[in-house]
Amino acid sequence: MNSAWLPPIIITCIWAFIGIICPFFARGPNRGVTQCCLMLTAVTCWLFWLCCYMTQMNPLIGPKLSMNEIMIMAREWGNEIKDSMDVVV
Amino acid sequence: MWCRKLKDLACGAGPHDNIFRSEKMSLAQMYLQPEASYETIAALGELGCVQFRDLNEGVSAVQRKFVNEVRRCDELERKIRYATNELAKDGLKVVDLIDDFPPAPKPKEIAELESLLEKTETEIMELAANNVSLQTNHLELSEMIQVLERTEQFFSEQESTNFDLNKRGTHRDPEQADGRLGFVAGVIRRERQYAFERMLWRISRGNVLVRRTDMEAPVKDPRTGDMVLKSIFVVFFQGDQLQSRIRKVCQGFHATMYPCPSAHQDRVDMIKSVHVRIEDLKVIISQTEDHRTCVLKAIMKQLPNWSAMVKKMKAIYHTLNMFNVDFGSKCLIGECWVPKKELEEVEALLADTSATLGSTVPTIFNVLDTQKDPPTYFRTNKFTYGFQVLIDAYGIAKYREVNPGLYTCISFPFLFAVMFGDMGHGCIVFILGLWMVLDEKRLCKKRAGEIWKILFGGRYIIMLMGIFAIYTGFIYNDCFSKSFNIFGTHWRMQYNRTTVLTNPTLQLNPATDTRGTYPMGIDPIWQSASNKIIFLNTYKMKLSIIFGVLHMVFGVCLSVENFVYFKKYAYIPLQFVPQVLFLLLLFGYMVFMMFYKWVQYSPHYEHFADSPGCAPSVLIMFIDMILMKNEVPTPGCMPTMFPVQRELETILFVVAIICIPWILLGMPLWIMCKRKYQAKHHVERNHMDVIMETIEIKGKEVIINEVNETHKHEQHDEEEEEPMSEIWIHQAIHTVEYILSTISHTASYLRLWALSLAHAELSEVLWTMVLSEGLQMKGYVGIIGVFIIFAIWVFFTIAIMVMMEGLSAFLHTLRLHWVEFMSKFYVGTGYEFQPFSFNALLTADEDD
Repeated sequence: MNSAWLPPIIITCIWAFIGIICPFFARGPNRGVTQCCLMLTAVTCWLFWLCCYMTQMNPLIGPKLSMNEIMIMAREWGNEIKDSMDVVV
Repeated sequence: MWCRKLKDLACGAGPHDNIFRSEKMSLAQMYLQPEASYETIAALGELGCVQFRDLNEGVSAVQRKFVNEVRRCDELERKIRYATNELAKDGLKVVDLIDDFPPAPKPKEIAELESLLEKTETEIMELAANNVSLQTNHLELSEMIQVLERTEQFFSEQESTNFDLNKRGTHRDPEQADGRLGFVAGVIRRERQYAFERMLWRISRGNVLVRRTDMEAPVKDPRTGDMVLKSIFVVFFQGDQLQSRIRKVCQGFHATMYPCPSAHQDRVDMIKSVHVRIEDLKVIISQTEDHRTCVLKAIMKQLPNWSAMVKKMKAIYHTLNMFNVDFGSKCLIGECWVPKKELEEVEALLADTSATLGSTVPTIFNVLDTQKDPPTYFRTNKFTYGFQVLIDAYGIAKYREVNPGLYTCISFPFLFAVMFGDMGHGCIVFILGLWMVLDEKRLCKKRAGEIWKILFGGRYIIMLMGIFAIYTGFIYNDCFSKSFNIFGTHWRMQYNRTTVLTNPTLQLNPATDTRGTYPMGIDPIWQSASNKIIFLNTYKMKLSIIFGVLHMVFGVCLSVENFVYFKKYAYIPLQFVPQVLFLLLLFGYMVFMMFYKWVQYSPHYEHFADSPGCAPSVLIMFIDMILMKNEVPTPGCMPTMFPVQRELETILFVVAIICIPWILLGMPLWIMCKRKYQAKHHVERNHMDVIMETIEIKGKEVIINEVNETHKHEQHDEEEEEPMSEIWIHQAIHTVEYILSTISHTASYLRLWALSLAHAELSEVLWTMVLSEGLQMKGYVGIIGVFIIFAIWVFFTIAIMVMMEGLSAFLHTLRLHWVEFMSKFYVGTGYEFQPFSFNALLTADEDD
């Protein structure tokens, strides 16, 4: 259970660092502009990632693949098709 | 290297670089002594941070004080233009300076400059005239040779018919005895030839013999420089009168006549002598050419300098023309706008100039208090400049209102990237931007036309657009229409071999086949799925609406900043609150529904009502909320997403409806009440508008100026001026506009979805129809084929996917900013601060 939440937490932390911590280190005459840019970047990029993640969290449909594609994916992506498969939820 | 670049960015344009609001400006008054005026204005022009107001607006150009000086400058400019043209004729191009301009000439140097230019002009004219005459000479001699050589054949024909007796005969003095023929030889332009012959026929009543041959090579007319075709003619005639008539005709047709001896030996001798003369002439011509080239080259080096100096002079006199001439105190009075931060610098400069000139009375510099509208000045650096230009193209910000340009720095490239999301294409755009940014110093000086200038001016925009496009491409998992499988797909094949081999297509079941969520981006399995678009559509549509509503709410919130700054606190509860409530209660609720639906319905939940089959459409639910309808759900499913939904929606809808009359009535009623209150209590308005500060220059002379200026009444309360009916109408329009715009603008943000879909599809078509075909070709033909097809694919990628789609996405993003975002808070009725700056003047000029 924990490991499922790990990637979202890590990514959120990265964007939080960029958006909240980094502005304090902005220096120079363009300080205001730099801070504003960092914060905006962090917010928009994080939200963009979040929407993508939440869409796929609970998918309502599954991909429809052709026979060739299934077989190639099964072979290349380590997911062998056997004569009888147990369906695991 | 990039550290230095970042530091460069940080050390931009001076202290306190903040473009959130435009700079504070002061109106200042200047009293200049006439003898110091020219230098002072020249120094101010070099500094480039004051904008002069034209105090002589009603006066026509010819009635202003310095009109003569301006005329002198015009004359100098004409001379320079003449010199440039002459140089251009010789193929020497005069290149304008782009930086490092020479200072404006001091008053005593002006006369020197004038005489120098005069001398140059006469020199050039002399050289030109000389050249023309030499060329004409040369032309005549070479034509003569041709005439002599060609008429050989005519005379040889005639000699067989008793002609050689005409030994003394030249065209000037033909022997007339015994019906001997006289002749005239010459050269005429080919187009005039037939008319010429017809005329000769007419005047001689057919008694002439004309022989002609064409000169094959066209010759250069020395006066105009055109190439003309000519032909040689010989006219044989009898009689003296005919000779004079023929000569007149020749002159009329601008035919040049050449002396031509009839005897063969004479002709040969003449040919020799003409050859010698031509040789001499050629030597003279070449020497003259060298001299001319030397002189012109020397002039060419000086011309850009002179041109810059004359332009500066003219600008100074135009500025001086804007000053008021005060006959009483014999000085020039001018008004100018100066940014508050630069007041001290300007004062110091004026003091310095006065001191250098050693004038008895120093320049006086007063700051005025005024109700006039100052110009809007944003102190941008090279990074923010591009984005500010985009905003200014819509309208210059009102003085001291919130500047959307600051946020555009990130929101513009981001929204572009949402529409353009493709890692490969984003890479191309990024590399283009990066190249222009890294090579800035060198490319700045390059001149290659208007389009390059626009492209180069937006280099930071392009670079950022590229970076964000790479990021969104990474999240969309789209690189030239292919996906990367970085984290391993989180979908599993759980069909057995028989099922797979007997079914041409199979659909994976989200309930059983997912193993967690792909951490960053869209799972790569979707790229090959045939129902990819259905899945991506719902995702991208929701994404567009979420970002759209966020962008618009941000815009409405910025208006609070404006209200607080301009001290219109009443507007906050009367205008801002209902507006933001309406937006949030309806469309914010829709966004909430989207997030809720993402969380609530899952194939993993046991409860049937929460299974994918029961997931309602957010749009339908939203419409039902407005229309207060109730949908019949599929059996087993709940009609609503959460228990209190209907009640909550009713409350939200009712409050939102209340907001409409709130916006409509709130403001005008408040104004009415305020006016009644003011009328009752007779608030005394201050008629003394002006407080003047005097700033003492260098303490030399303490000048206490307490002038009580009564400015024209700029209304303190604009609302005093406007009648109530106007306010009601204005508010009604604003209400209708705002309410309708919430709906239409929210839908407008769906273009984020539409364009990204189009981009992805185009990319896929390009791959499947072009490159894929090439990669599948076999054998030796395939080697060459894939090479050619790859070239075609690259061409279309850059032309269509990067250029066309990029331009399209750029335009749509611009529209989203201008219309959907800025209409929520932006007034944009300011005028730009255009300082009197030589640098700006000269660089703008050379662009023309």
